[in-house]
Amino acid sequence: MKRFAKLFSEIDTTTRTNEKVDAMSRYFTHADPADAAWAVWFLSGGRPKRLVPVRMLATWAMEESGVSSWLFEESYHAVGDLAETIALLLPDSSSSSDAPLDEWVRDKLLAIGGASEEKQKAIVLDAWRSLGGIERFVWNKLITGSFRVGVSQSLLVRALSRASAVPEGTISHRLAGDWRPTAEAYQKLVAEGTEAPPESSPYPFYLAYALESELEDLGSVDEWQAEWKWDGIRAQLIRRNGSTYIWSRGDDLLTERFPELVEAAEWLPDGTVIDGEILPWRDGRPLPFAQLQRRIGRKNLTPKIRSEVPISLVAYDLLELNGDDVRDKPMSRRREELSKLIQSTNAESRFLLSPIVAASTWEEIRTAKEKARDLGSEGLMLKRLDSPYGVGRRKGGWWKWKLDPYSVDAVMVYAQPGHGRRALLHTDYTFAVRDGDTLVPFAKAYSGLTDAEIREMDAWIRRNTVEKFGPVRSVKPEQVFELGFEGIQASPRHKSGIAVRFPRILRWRKDKPASEADTLDSLKALLARAEGGGS
Amino acid sequence: MTDLLRTTDRGLYCEVGDFYIDPWMPVERAIITHAHGDHARWGSSTYVCSTECERVLRTRIYNANITTRSWNETFHINGVTLSFHPAGHILGSAQIRVVHRGERWVVSGDYKTEPDPTCTPFEPVRCDVFITESTFGLPIYRWTPQSETFADIAAWWRSNREAGRASIIFAYALGKAQRILAGLANIAEGRFYTHGAVERLNNDYREGGVPLPPTTYAGSVSKNHDWTGALIIAPPSAGGSTWLRRFGTSSTAFASGWMRVRGARRRRSVDRGFVLSDHVDWPALMETIDATGAERVLVTHGYRDPVVRALREKGLDADSLASRWEGEGESELQEDIVPDDEVAPE
Repeated sequence: MKRFAKLFSEIDTTTRTNEKVDAMSRYFTHADPADAAWAVWFLSGGRPKRLVPVRMLATWAMEESGVSSWLFEESYHAVGDLAETIALLLPDSSSSSDAPLDEWVRDKLLAIGGASEEKQKAIVLDAWRSLGGIERFVWNKLITGSFRVGVSQSLLVRALSRASAVPEGTISHRLAGDWRPTAEAYQKLVAEGTEAPPESSPYPFYLAYALESELEDLGSVDEWQAEWKWDGIRAQLIRRNGSTYIWSRGDDLLTERFPELVEAAEWLPDGTVIDGEILPWRDGRPLPFAQLQRRIGRKNLTPKIRSEVPISLVAYDLLELNGDDVRDKPMSRRREELSKLIQSTNAESRFLLSPIVAASTWEEIRTAKEKARDLGSEGLMLKRLDSPYGVGRRKGGWWKWKLDPYSVDAVMVYAQPGHGRRALLHTDYTFAVRDGDTLVPFAKAYSGLTDAEIREMDAWIRRNTVEKFGPVRSVKPEQVFELGFEGIQASPRHKSGIAVRFPRILRWRKDKPASEADTLDSLKALLARAEGGGS
Repeated sequence: MTDLLRTTDRGLYCEVGDFYIDPWMPVERAIITHAHGDHARWGSSTYVCSTECERVLRTRIYNANITTRSWNETFHINGVTLSFHPAGHILGSAQIRVVHRGERWVVSGDYKTEPDPTCTPFEPVRCDVFITESTFGLPIYRWTPQSETFADIAAWWRSNREAGRASIIFAYALGKAQRILAGLANIAEGRFYTHGAVERLNNDYREGGVPLPPTTYAGSVSKNHDWTGALIIAPPSAGGSTWLRRFGTSSTAFASGWMRVRGARRRRSVDRGFVLSDHVDWPALMETIDATGAERVLVTHGYRDPVVRALREKGLDADSLASRWEGEGESELQEDIVPDDEVAPE
């Protein structure tokens, strides 16, 4: 635990990528495989499920530190993170445990979920009393299921590769899918050679960066292919040895959520892996993403929901053909094989070959992009015809070129402090549009301002608070912001009747008075256009 | 009966004595606890401060008409008895005792009880009414022993030197910067460089008899100086500025009580946060209030509400005392007078 906490601290106290990789690589070089396995799991976002209710943790922390509940609340508001608040409030511990991470995780962290309350309390108090400052913080993060650290999967892979001398691509592939943190699994992960993982495993996804240059800078349009970009669930469909597996990009196994695709996959030959987007699809166009969410949220996939929200896989790449890894073949070649494969399935309503946007000039590509919203797409993907299927987020071969988001000018009506990095400042704002003489809240946004603007806004909020409701303050409705969002749909759960997707602040309109902010009617007009598919 | 001291729109005012303590607007007679910009403001006709405070106050307020008093020396203004008592916050920082008709008030100003070689240590003063600051008035604020913090800073500096980097530490130019210099003098090796704002005050400290290790004004060395292994002390306002470019590859740190909370450090975008404060932490705040014997406590400047509530639970007569520095925009403060540790939350 000490070494893992030290690793966390080293990663947490630098912004330099190299130092993070060095710290992880040092850790993995010396760690016991059982500990290293847990470290890999936690660093890639693994979290134990159903631990201790945070309410209990808070109660025990108050007892242990002699802090009353209102003072605990005040402290929590100032810190913005429960695990940290508890770590800061507890009295300094007198001892310092040398037990390894594996022991902490197996004997305490994983044992705690099913234990009696009495036993849970004993484990937690023992941990608090036997761990030093930073270890206690890390333990609290683990036990609240909120452990996060600033390293991407690709940095973790790089560090493992550096520590083991196994190529990054191999590590990445071995880690993909449902990797279980055991000493044995770790030893396989870093074992010499390039041996692949078991049959259910997906390949690492290839991810695109947002287009950063002019289209013309990409070279000749003939070397590129444009496809519509969809807002669904990015997934790999795997057919091997008569079995089908569907993996999301977040490494969730979704096979059982999409029986239609499993059925259709019967048509595919063994040794096939397709990359694509799962979308709720009807009459040649996608349904709103919320429909897919609604379906995913159901415990029972009833025939009713299946017919209300039919799904398809828009297939755009082929990673494995006849059991061979074809990721290094050029994209045009993979696409050709994918096309033949889909035509041979008799399941063309489930497997839709991602349409190519025909264009002989960049100008035509630009024109096509304008049509994306009408088709229910969120922009274009640009792919080099000769590009291999890469590992992780890479520049060069693929670019995503998203539509400019919708935007409206809205009035700030509530503010509350942020979490973590921004815990001391009011950074979370609620925005409203005008409706006659009233203001109707419709969106919350956290991001989009610079640090300097956040401070200025924070000072303004403190001076212009109308009422306080716990940490939330209502403020004078004077500040206007241009908000951008990616999607809009009707929502009976929202007061405004409208829900927007991924709202963010585009800019602070200091030039605009609240009386000139947009109205509910203008939002409704956007909604009508989105639902009507442009008609 | 009206209070001996009360808040007006110009600051904390004593009507009987017709004087202000740390006024935020120009007044006739200003009694100053210490020279930080949120306590010592420009424009008053006359200032009274501790003898130890005079030099830095002159640096901070150009051409001020200043009278000084020694520690514990009593003096009278319109029949009110006053005296300065060390507050241990920075050089010359004082608590101000105000006595009238047997009622004893003490205004703490900012204070800390930890030892600090750069100023006279804090002395508790018995009183009936204590006006206390509450900058770090939450139990999450509990300082680590400063010897550990200085050892951490020294270790960070050493590892930067070994990695071929300069070390830049941001600290408030008046007080914190000098405390860091004194704290590192005997435990770390290497040369100290300073931002101009820090260097001016270093000179004041040295002239005031505070021993500090040798420092070099960073602006005085040649453009192509090799900064590897140097420790540069700069005010927080230099963070993110072009002034930093000259130092090449560097690691940055911020020394402040706020660094106790991870989010505050991350928001600063510095590599390291060192917990080092010139204010009392929660336990010291509670102990100090006990030690004054005051039955009535007025809480100002910081986390007022929680401190008031905690004191009331202990059976004290406690109230919140508004100060200018809450609910006001930072933008109204010039950079040079941003209060220590920046602006207090809440």
